[in-house]
Amino acid sequence: MMRKLSAFCALALLMPPGAAMAADVIQGAQKQPTNWTAILMFAVFVAGTLYITKWAASKTKSASDFYTAGGGITGFQNGLAIAGDYMSAASFLGISAAVMTSGYDGLIYSIGFLVGWPILTFLMAERLRNLGKFTFADVAAFRFAQTPVRVFAASGTLVVVAFYLIAQMVGAGSLIQLLFGLDYWIAVVIVGVLMMVYVLFGGMTATTWVQIIKACLLLGGASFMSFMVLWRYGFSPEAMFADAVRVKTDLAAAVPDTTPEAAAAAGQSIMGPGTFIKDPISAISFGMALMFGTAGLPHILMRFFTVPSAKEARKSVMWATGWIGYFYLLTFVIGFGAITFVLTNPDFLDAEGKLVGGNNMAAVHLAQAVGGNIFLGFISAVAFATILAVVAGLTLSGASAVSHDLYSTVFKKGQADSASELRVSRITTLCLGALAVILGIAFQNQNIAFMVSLAFAVAASANFPVLFMSVLWKDCTTWGAVIGGFVGLALSVGLTVVSPSVWETTLGNPVGSAPFPYTSPALFSMTASFLTIWVVSKLENSRRARIDRAGFLAQQVRSETGIGAAEASAH
Amino acid sequence: MEQTVADRIAESPSYQTLKARRSRFGWILTIAMLVVYYGYILLIAFNKELLSARIGDGVMTWGIPIGFGVIIFTIIITAVYVRRANSEFDTLTEQIKRGR
Repeated sequence: MMRKLSAFCALALLMPPGAAMAADVIQGAQKQPTNWTAILMFAVFVAGTLYITKWAASKTKSASDFYTAGGGITGFQNGLAIAGDYMSAASFLGISAAVMTSGYDGLIYSIGFLVGWPILTFLMAERLRNLGKFTFADVAAFRFAQTPVRVFAASGTLVVVAFYLIAQMVGAGSLIQLLFGLDYWIAVVIVGVLMMVYVLFGGMTATTWVQIIKACLLLGGASFMSFMVLWRYGFSPEAMFADAVRVKTDLAAAVPDTTPEAAAAAGQSIMGPGTFIKDPISAISFGMALMFGTAGLPHILMRFFTVPSAKEARKSVMWATGWIGYFYLLTFVIGFGAITFVLTNPDFLDAEGKLVGGNNMAAVHLAQAVGGNIFLGFISAVAFATILAVVAGLTLSGASAVSHDLYSTVFKKGQADSASELRVSRITTLCLGALAVILGIAFQNQNIAFMVSLAFAVAASANFPVLFMSVLWKDCTTWGAVIGGFVGLALSVGLTVVSPSVWETTLGNPVGSAPFPYTSPALFSMTASFLTIWVVSKLENSRRARIDRAGFLAQQVRSETGIGAAEASAH
Repeated sequence: MEQTVADRIAESPSYQTLKARRSRFGWILTIAMLVVYYGYILLIAFNKELLSARIGDGVMTWGIPIGFGVIIFTIIITAVYVRRANSEFDTLTEQIKRGR
């Protein structure tokens, strides 16, 4: 009963992405002894990336270098960088922990994160590359009145970036406290300062290379762990699953008053879906947030402008999808490995039989079990590097929204020169970095489990519909896009606040009192956004609306062929 | 780009072919992906027993190959699109650019 209950709690926390990590780490944060191997390895990583930043700084002269690495990244490199943006510490530690606690449900969860990529490839990727220059607002505002669309796009970007950033910073602080034995605030400041150095001096070139290196380290480390787990079972998945079921059955049987049949059923339950999907509406809504949110995340979208052509843009999503899919298969094996290697080893368990440091330490303990202290240090350093790289990418996309969309286009009406735009983006980077550190410390003891899922919901309900309709629907108008986008933004944030994960868990209202009963607002907020864009565009018949519609043909020609698209070299 | 150039390209047969083929292909694959993913989610919502059913005498259930299948399908369908786009669609695009 207790086991069932704790598994259920873990899942309830897991529902929003990253929740498992955030919640677990925060609640079970006890400081660990200082881990010198991990710190040393991390220092090597930092030294290497700072060297790259120095090299990148010498190449970062224009705004184009800063935002898009001069458009000189290849499809393969960009694919790794995109995969790196996506494989956050939350997905590595959180998903392997979810597989360890509840088995199959962890797989369902990770699949949701993968299925948005083909949609992004088929409908958006190359069109984005052909239309855009620095930010997704370039695409959304292509044929519209610049000011209102840019203001909307910058709002959408900053809201997504802010929620994602808070989740990463709080996760970073807690995780590093656990892995390295550093104080929470020191960890947050280190992340903030290093991220600012990368972005300020190295711009997109440094941010991309930090991401590529980290992606390789993470994929390499996760591959090694999975290999060691499968090796023990003679590369027979059946043997691994059977052993995991046996371990889970024994654990269930150890609880007093459990019949052998009940224990066997509990053991076998990790091989099929459990409580993760409760009602179809929540399931579909959550699936929509993940699927379409991927195509609306500003820090992912901006990576399509770093490659020289539509062909390379397609190659990058191909590589990204492949690496991310492979990574999720690995996390599944790692989770099962954690059941058989970690849950059976008293070294990793406390007096009550719980994992030392909380469930999110599953992958970290497994690293020690299969590769000893040196590999433990390696995986800990990679987890730190992961957060750092993701945070740098987020900050850069926030900075470009402020400098390129708001400062250069809205305030200076496109008259700002490259140098002053660059100065504004650096100032914004400093502000965002400081803000991230302050918010990271302010939210330390808050339950921030819902924040990443909120970021995905906003991306799916505000950014994605506007982008989609402006690129593919000829009758879309400026005000249709802007009003529809803001409706999606307001509704996704509003409904999340009155949903159980915030209303009950964070705000402390009684269970069952949440006005909005579902886990994710996307089904409703995204539909509302699309409908609003459609209705407003249909009703509008101003002079501007006619210009908007007349501009579709030229936009479509460019989006389909790339004729006139921003070139790879400096503009 | 000048409006007239865009008009001229828009009327060219290669452009019409490219637009029609890519859009059709993109939507067919999008619908395939939606059907597979939401089919999987609805299967979990309405028929958990099927996914929890064992395949043979061991502990392996149908859920594992089906779940892994969705991941592999996602990667393959992306590859299918990119392959055709990088050959056929890019050739058409080149023709349009030359005919300009």
